[in-house]
Order: sequence, then C-alpha cells, then structure tokens
Amino acid sequence: MNKNLPKWVDLGLIPVLTLLLAFAVSGLVVLSIGQDPIEVVKVMLNGAFNPYGIGHTLYFTTNFIFTGLAVAVAFHAKLFNIGGEGQAGIAGVGVALVMLSYDWPHWSIALLVGTIAAMAFGAAWAAIPAYLQAKRGSHIVITTIMFNLIGSALIGYLVVGPMQGEGSQPQSERFPSSASLPDFHEIFGWFGLEFAKHAPANISFFIALIAAVLVWILIWKTRLGYEMRAFGHSEKAAVYAGISPLKITMIAMLVSGALSGLMAVNTVQGDAERLLLGSVEGAGFIGIAVALMGRSHPVGVLLAAFLFGILTQGGAELQFELGIPAQMITVIQALIIMFTGSLENLVRIPMERLFIRAGKGATS
Amino acid sequence: MSSTTNNAGRLDAAAPAIELIGISKAFGSVQANKDISMVVAKGAIHGIVGENGAGKSTLMSILYGFYKADSGSVKIDGVLTQINDSHDAIAAGIGMVHQHFMLVDNFTVLENVVLGAEDGALLGPSLRKARKELKRLADEYELDVDPDALVEDISVGFQQRVEILKALYRQAEILILDEPTGVLTPDEADHLFRILRNLKAQGKTIVIITHKLREIMDVTDSVSVMRRGEMTKTIATSTTSPEDLAEAMVGRRVLLEVNKKPAEVGETVMQIKGLSVTDVHGVQRLKNVSFELKRGEILGIAGVAGNGQSELLEVISGIGAATSGEVLLHGEAIDISPKANAGMRRQRGIGHVPEDRHQRGLVMPFMTWENTAFGYHNEPEYCGKFGLANQKFMKQDAREKMERFDIRPPIPQLVASHFSGGNQQKIVLAREIERNPDVLLIGQPTRGVDIGAIEFIHQQIVNLRDSGKAILLVSVELDEIQALSDRILVMFDGVIQGERLPEDTNEGELGLLMAGVDPETKS
Repeated sequence: MNKNLPKWVDLGLIPVLTLLLAFAVSGLVVLSIGQDPIEVVKVMLNGAFNPYGIGHTLYFTTNFIFTGLAVAVAFHAKLFNIGGEGQAGIAGVGVALVMLSYDWPHWSIALLVGTIAAMAFGAAWAAIPAYLQAKRGSHIVITTIMFNLIGSALIGYLVVGPMQGEGSQPQSERFPSSASLPDFHEIFGWFGLEFAKHAPANISFFIALIAAVLVWILIWKTRLGYEMRAFGHSEKAAVYAGISPLKITMIAMLVSGALSGLMAVNTVQGDAERLLLGSVEGAGFIGIAVALMGRSHPVGVLLAAFLFGILTQGGAELQFELGIPAQMITVIQALIIMFTGSLENLVRIPMERLFIRAGKGATS
Repeated sequence: MSSTTNNAGRLDAAAPAIELIGISKAFGSVQANKDISMVVAKGAIHGIVGENGAGKSTLMSILYGFYKADSGSVKIDGVLTQINDSHDAIAAGIGMVHQHFMLVDNFTVLENVVLGAEDGALLGPSLRKARKELKRLADEYELDVDPDALVEDISVGFQQRVEILKALYRQAEILILDEPTGVLTPDEADHLFRILRNLKAQGKTIVIITHKLREIMDVTDSVSVMRRGEMTKTIATSTTSPEDLAEAMVGRRVLLEVNKKPAEVGETVMQIKGLSVTDVHGVQRLKNVSFELKRGEILGIAGVAGNGQSELLEVISGIGAATSGEVLLHGEAIDISPKANAGMRRQRGIGHVPEDRHQRGLVMPFMTWENTAFGYHNEPEYCGKFGLANQKFMKQDAREKMERFDIRPPIPQLVASHFSGGNQQKIVLAREIERNPDVLLIGQPTRGVDIGAIEFIHQQIVNLRDSGKAILLVSVELDEIQALSDRILVMFDGVIQGERLPEDTNEGELGLLMAGVDPETKS
C-alpha cells in the first residue's frame, strides 16, 4: 500500500492510533456533557461483553459483516453501493415470503432456503441501479439512495397491506416455528458450552464468517475478482484487456446486493422471525464505515464490524445505565468514521516522516 | 549585490541570471536532487537533459517555488532569493511554461494572459493594458496570437505562445520551458526556437528541459546533464555532441541509431479499407483511411498527436468501434462494430502495446505477475479450477518474462507503479511480444522511457519484424518513426496525408505533411 512504511505500521499501527485519537476526542465530547469518560468506557465494555450483552454485540457484528462485505466487494470494482439499506430490507421481504409459505421439515433446510431467498432478493434490488449505471450512466450513488427510499416505502406498504399479520401492528405473521434458526445458546449447547438465553446472536454469524472467506477468495484468487479489481483501478485498462464494463458492473453489484441481503437471514429469520418495519436500522450505512475502516479487506471488515458491534451494543447500554442519549453514541461513531475515513493523514503523515527518519538513521 | 566566492558553476559569468547552490531534495526515501549546483549566465539559452526521473523537473519546480528544497540556496541576478511559491518566483522575474499548459480553455487569449495578474476589481483597464502589451510583444518576438480567440479554438503551438506571453506579461526575465516541443510539429518547433532566440537577443535568460538531444544542439548555448538526481556535467553546447550527452545521461555508450537489416516483406496480413470514426461529439476523427500491412515490415504512422492515430489503434485493437469501413485480417473481415472487444482481437492474433501504459497497458497498483497476464488472463494456461487463477503459473511466467526482457528489479511481486517508465514499458512489451502475435500494434513505444531502455525496446521491435510479424507503429517522435519504419504514412486531421519510404524522404518533407501541407504543391 505504501512503500515507505512497513506493513505492520500501515495496516496495524496507523488504524489503532487513529482509533485511539477518535476515542480521545470522543472522551472530550463525553466530558462536555458532564459525564466521566472512564465510567462511560466501563459501562460500554461491560454492556458489550457481559454474558448477555455479547449475544447482542455479535448479533450486530453479524449485520455489519454482511453490509461491510457488500460495500467492500462493490468498492473493489470502484462502485459505491450505498444501497445496502434497501437491499437488506427487500431481502427481508424475500425471506418472509418463503418462510411464510411452507412448514419446514428442519431448520437447516429453512436456513438454506432463507439464505437463497435473501441473496436473490438483495441482488435483484441491486441489479436495477447496476444496470442503469452500466447501460445508461445513471450514477449508482444516486440510484441506490433512491432504491433505499423505494424499498423502505414498499416494505411500509407490505406490512400494513398484503403481508400484514393478525392484529393492527405493522408486521407480518410470525414465521412457523420450523423456520426458527438456532441461537448461540442452542449452538453452544451442542458442544456442552454455556451461552446466555434469548440473546439474538444466531447461526447467521457463522454464515457471515464463511461469507468473509468466500469474498477473500473471490477478490484475490479468482479471475473474476482479478477482472473486478482491474476494472476498479482503471476502466480504460479493463476495456483494453477485453473486460466488459457491463459484465463487471452487474456482477459486482449482484454479489454486493446478495451480501447485503444476507443480513435479513440474521435479522428477519434469525431474530424477529417476522417481517418488521425498519428492521435494517441503518446497518446498511454502517456497512460503508465498516468497509472504509476495514480497507475493503475481509479481515479488516471483520474487525471493524466487531468494533461497530461493540459500539452499538455498548451505546445502547449507555443510554440505559447513564441516561446518555442515543444520539451521543452516533456522535462517537461519526467521530470514528471521520477519523478513520478522512482524517487518517493526521496519523499517517507524521508516521511516514518518523519512519523515513528512522530508515535513514539505519542506513547511514 | 553580494559578491559570491562560490565556484560551484563551471561557466564563467559575472552576475549570473540563475545560480543554484547545493540544492538537495528528497521525496520519502527517494533523493530526487543531490547537492546540485548550476549557473546560468544572463542572456543564455541553457538546456537541462536527463532521463525520466533524473530530477530535472524537480529542480525546476524548486526554482519556481512548487517544492521547497531540503537544503541549498538560490541566487537570482547574484542576489540570494527565497522562493516559497510561484508568486515569489514571478516577483523574482521567473516565468514557467509547463509541459501541460495551464490555460482556461473557454477563456480568450487575452483573459488567460490577464488571469491572476489583474490590476484591480474591474477587468476593463487590465484587459486594455494587456491588449496593448500583447501587441508590443507580438511585434517584438514573433509571438502573434489573436487576443480574442478562445484558447480551445487555437492550435497547441499557439497555446504554447499564450503561455510564453503570460510569463512575459508578468515581466519574466527568466523563462523555464519544460519539454516544450513534445506536442509541436517540426515547423512549430522551429518557430518556437526563433521566438526563443529573439527573447535571448533581448537579454532574457532561458532554461529548456528536454530529452531531445537534437534540440539541445540546435538552440542552446550551454547544457547540463542530470542523472539519478545528480548533475553530472555542465558544458558549452558547441564543445559537445549528442553521443557524449547521451553517454553522460545514461552512464554508458548508447546506440542512437537503430541497428536493422533490410526488411523481408511478405504477403499482406491486414487491410484497412475506408475506415472512418466519428466520436461522441460528432467530430470525424478518422476519414476514409485505407492501407495495407504486410508480413515482416514495420509500418510507421507519423503525425502530431490528436490527428486520428489513437482512433486508428483503438478500432484495430477492438477498444473502439468504427463508423464505417472494413478491417481484413488474412483476407477475412473482423468485427469493428461496438459489439467487438479487445479480447476478440487477441484471439485473432492481434497484440497491442497501447499509447497510454499508465491508464491502459498496465493496472498500476497490480503486481507484475498480475500485469504480465493482463488481457490474456482467461487463456487456459492462466486458469485454475473453479474460476480460480493459476497464480503459481502466473508468477513463474512473470519471472521468466522479466528475465528475458531485462526488467529491473526482477521482482514479480512489485507493483507496476514502482517501476521506472522504461521498465513499465518492457512489462507491456514482454506480455504482448511473448504471445507471438501475427500483428502487433504499438503506440508511442518510448514515451517517457529512458534512453537506455529505448535502445532495448527498439531492438525488440525490429527482432519481431525480422521474425516475420507485421508491425503497425504509431509515434509522435519523428526520429523514432524514421529510425524504425520500413514504410511511413503521415496522418493529418484524420486523413493519410502521404506515404513515403524512409530512405526517400527527410524530416522537412514529413514535417510539412504532418502540418497538412502537400510538399509538391506547397498548399
């Protein structure tokens, strides 16, 4: 990435220092509202890692892995998919449609079918903006935003209209119990281990890990990934090499949409077990931050997703324990995004100077 | 005036226009300028030559205030001068004409000249003053340009004059020109040199950065040679030769002529018939172009950049589509509609070394082993199972190509952007030549390539010809066209203006053709 810096500094030290800087500034913000930053950190960490809290943290992490990978994949082809929100939402509709249509003989079959439905619906929702960009030049940032809004309106209509369950709540019927996925309590139980009951983390977490491995293989080991990266670095070079921009744009966005869609397996099938209004809860957008912070690399995405999972769960605890408004946690998240995304040079440039000086000292 | 005891410069001058003393500048770990001292006498034309990356542009950028030197000092007219930005440079009487012009296309010449040098909030008085001044400068230096023409409507040669006028309007006494003839026809270049001599006659000092040794010999009084950030030689032009300068640049004796035996031309491989291309703006870029390409020959296409050569290469290589016409390969028509793509051409045995290796020929952040398969990455030998790439073979293949083409450093894991221009070009050439194509399209093979590598690249092209391949060479360097081609076509404004044999023509005639003039009728 940078020829002047050792890899461990570039990929390890700089992100950590940037993060610490973001936390330091966040600490000042916390001080300014009259709270003790140390206390806040304690409450957050305790909230995120206590036996019950970790089940929530990993649940959120799962969401962010999916949406983060989605943004990362598209980004390798220089496509900025900010439609994760809509793609995950519509994938939820797909999951609900198939889950409600049949009484499943076993949860594993329900999981398989749910996964396919989520991927298909997420990909389909990304396909239209992708096609418009590739064929008509409509910018994908604009169209994916519009599709977020369309998707949200469509779900709003479905849960009070054709798909509304019994009662007056804006939600679908509850899925048959045969569609229910094993949660961490159950999974750990198979191995004789303990895990808190009723935490939302479920088997989708492992699907997210598998997805991360598959994305890594796709991007760095396959010819398709090679073409995507070539296209992402230079469209002109891609055309020179006979790579079709239409094909790459479509495939990258379909894969991206499918990954966003997988989030619905975690939320709609794994946790809510019904189609709800607003079940994506901004995870589509947090995926952008996760991908940016994780440098579009699956390992980075995993780490960043975990961090945002901690922040989300710990932040909820702050509100509960200390009465700090939820908006404050959004401020902290925003600071992290700002520091890791756009202010990284604050750390990078001094580090480069330092290492050049050190390097000279060593050679002279 | 300070009396200096510095004797770093070897040229004798009482109060030199420019004196650089011990300038050093590093970018990261790269030492771009190492303790450089240089003296340019007042009223002299001084050349700076050196390969790409030798540090010429860095040195001039320091003089013009774009970069700050890590150490060293600058004296202008014998006075120690601190130049922190271009304002300081202009105040010190230094003007710069960049390689890529810094003009506002949809402003008039007059507006461009005044831009940044307005006298007050109202434009009127400045424009009136500038109009008078431009007229004076035009008369004095043969620098005539229509002050009310839009910059986008005038030719590159005229645009360059606008840049010079801008500098003179700001009362520059010292003019720095960075690769000034790169985009000019020989005729325009001659005119530029006349302007420079006029400027010199009026006591202006001129520094020219160039890699064209012939120009140095033609126009300069003294010349400095740079190599790897160091100034290796400063010498009066009259006492040196192009061969000596080339040797000083590269550090070894260089063959400036191409060594080749007469072509053994075989049967026709490719026929281009009535090819026309109209671009998205409705401008006709290629007008009814027809020619034939034969086995065992290098067909050179000369012309100033932007006269249809790029479009010709794009259509034949499958990157762009033709509006009408035909391309036949071995007598068989190939698809030149928008449905075609470059991959289809490769399968038919047409290789392509593109004009722009940074944007087209290479993916700059890719490692060499990824670049040496680029475009051929779906060929069976590069494929693994399940859509995977056979990375082991790709790396092995890259290692072998790097060895055969002497690409340095020979590390397949190094990304393309870390190689010098010459080695980057060798990566592209290695990939295309080793595929053993029937036809090789080559655009600007030595643009931004150092002299040492030029020799090697030219030899590879000639070797490919001798092995019976057909080569279509496009270059804006007339020297290169003349040295390599077995037959020369000259393009002007999308038309083939003439065909010549290199032994029956000369630079003057080709230059006229490149400017759209028919040498027979002179019209």
